[in-house]
Amino acid sequence: MLPACGDNMAAPVRIILEFGGGAELLFDGMKKHHVTLAGQEQPWDIKQLLVWIQRNLLKERPELFVQGDSVRPGILVLINDADWELMGELEYQLQDQDNIVFISTLHGG
Amino acid sequence: FWSKEMSEDVSSLKAQLEEKKNEIAILSRKLAQLEKGQTSAPELHHKVTSLNPLTEKPALSREDILRYSRQLLLPELGVRGHLNISKTSVLIVGCGGLGCPVAQYLAAAGIGRLGLLDYDEVELSNLHRQVLHGEENQGQAKALSAASTIKRLNSSVECVPYHLQLTPDNALQLVQQYPHITSVVAIATSSNNVPTRYLVNDSCVLSGKPLVSASALRMEGQLTVYNYQGGPCYRCLYPVPPPPETVTNCSDGGVLGVVPGIMGCFQALEVLKMASGQGSSCSQQLVMFDAQDSRWRSIRLRPRQPDCAVCGEKPSVTRLVDYEAFCGSAATDKCRKLNLLSKDQRITVQEYKCLLDTASPHLLLDVRPLVEVDICSLPFSLNIPLSGLAERKEDNLLLLRDRISQLKQQMAGDCQPAVYVICKLGNDSQTAVQVLEKMMSGSELSNFTVKDVIGGLMAWATIIDPTFPQY
Ligand SMILES: [Zn+2]
Repeated sequence: MLPACGDNMAAPVRIILEFGGGAELLFDGMKKHHVTLAGQEQPWDIKQLLVWIQRNLLKERPELFVQGDSVRPGILVLINDADWELMGELEYQLQDQDNIVFISTLHGG
Repeated sequence: FWSKEMSEDVSSLKAQLEEKKNEIAILSRKLAQLEKGQTSAPELHHKVTSLNPLTEKPALSREDILRYSRQLLLPELGVRGHLNISKTSVLIVGCGGLGCPVAQYLAAAGIGRLGLLDYDEVELSNLHRQVLHGEENQGQAKALSAASTIKRLNSSVECVPYHLQLTPDNALQLVQQYPHITSVVAIATSSNNVPTRYLVNDSCVLSGKPLVSASALRMEGQLTVYNYQGGPCYRCLYPVPPPPETVTNCSDGGVLGVVPGIMGCFQALEVLKMASGQGSSCSQQLVMFDAQDSRWRSIRLRPRQPDCAVCGEKPSVTRLVDYEAFCGSAATDKCRKLNLLSKDQRITVQEYKCLLDTASPHLLLDVRPLVEVDICSLPFSLNIPLSGLAERKEDNLLLLRDRISQLKQQMAGDCQPAVYVICKLGNDSQTAVQVLEKMMSGSELSNFTVKDVIGGLMAWATIIDPTFPQY
């Protein structure tokens, strides 16, 4: 018999990450990323996702994206087309197939 | 009896006379139009003055009915809605890529009064997106140029062009003047710097006006209606201003003119819905437009925040403050000037010209992105974009090492080869010098002297070579 995963091991989470309003320029200009987060004991939350993004996607100049353990001022986070403020911000627990958008506010005209 | 010839002459003369009469009528109309246009040319305001109340129209004239018939037929609007629009005053902050279409569609729809504010003059590089200005308006105040075009479109709209900068000292006085008759006033902003956005927001909150705000950059647009029907204000969403170095404006990032055009039309739509009495559906909503993928997206935003500094329960901002200090950046759309290097790490364009004239061996490294190098470049420069240097891309480093060793061979004795870094304005070139120095100390590159050219290619164009393109 194959060794089973630990009982309290959560399944991997597949999410769609999007960057817009210029934030995509920090990620080689790629607006959409299909991402699978490995299964872990605790469910994934946005705080951990930010760390994951820094380690895996963000190569240069992290100060243009994060500040402390949150996003820098001027970046809006959207969880399934809603302002993250309505969803629990950093504590929001990621569900399979979630759509997380990081949008930089534009200042042109 | 008239002969056949005679009667032919008569009818030919009659036809000629008729033709001349038509010509006279056309000329008289042209003259009348010109005279009318001259007398009603809008007067440019250099400071905020108090305005007379709008003269209220009790009913629609026969001409009004003909002119606005297509919108009067809309059940959502009707006569009542149209009369409401004609009583509405709107202040448009910025007569640029967004402000132009906003003003154009509001005027066409018969808005009562338009305040048109801009402190800039029309430049050639504005014309691809700022569609109220024409080639002959270059050098003219944007507010006046916009007002003249609007007057030609609809002479019954009252235009108030303001050639001034919005400041904490004049903003409230100005904003409070809009509206006069109805309680509906919208402030459409296309101001593209962060301090002005906070200034306009706070002025609207403190005087109880809704703010129809949009922005556009590259191939994207965003729109939200703030401080409307209990919804959040700009500060509710962005309590802390972004770090200045993260803000990109149109002259840095580029923009396709039709994108602000679309967003400005969208602003005009929301203003007209509010003015006519239907109300906007964009309160507590962020509408995003991705022109590349032709995709619109509507985001549900947080409600008004009880702890908001200006619209919350215990506001700390009860009058306008110093927004440049608050944001740590200037209230201008012009580019920032970095100062990362010491004086001996930089040379002027004049000094660089001397180096060229004396054929002093060196390498000119252009660190702009490829898209800008395609527009124009100095033919003898080597292009490696700053991003390629910063990420230490192997083929870029190889190229650089090659060119430096070539340079060494050309030079007599053990002189150090010289590299001069240039970019558009002299900001990125400073960062690049720091990156290169780091690579030398980490012995990724052999030693050479490296300096940047102050003011970049745009200084080269203004001071040394007027035929070099500016963008
Ligand atoms: Zn607020």
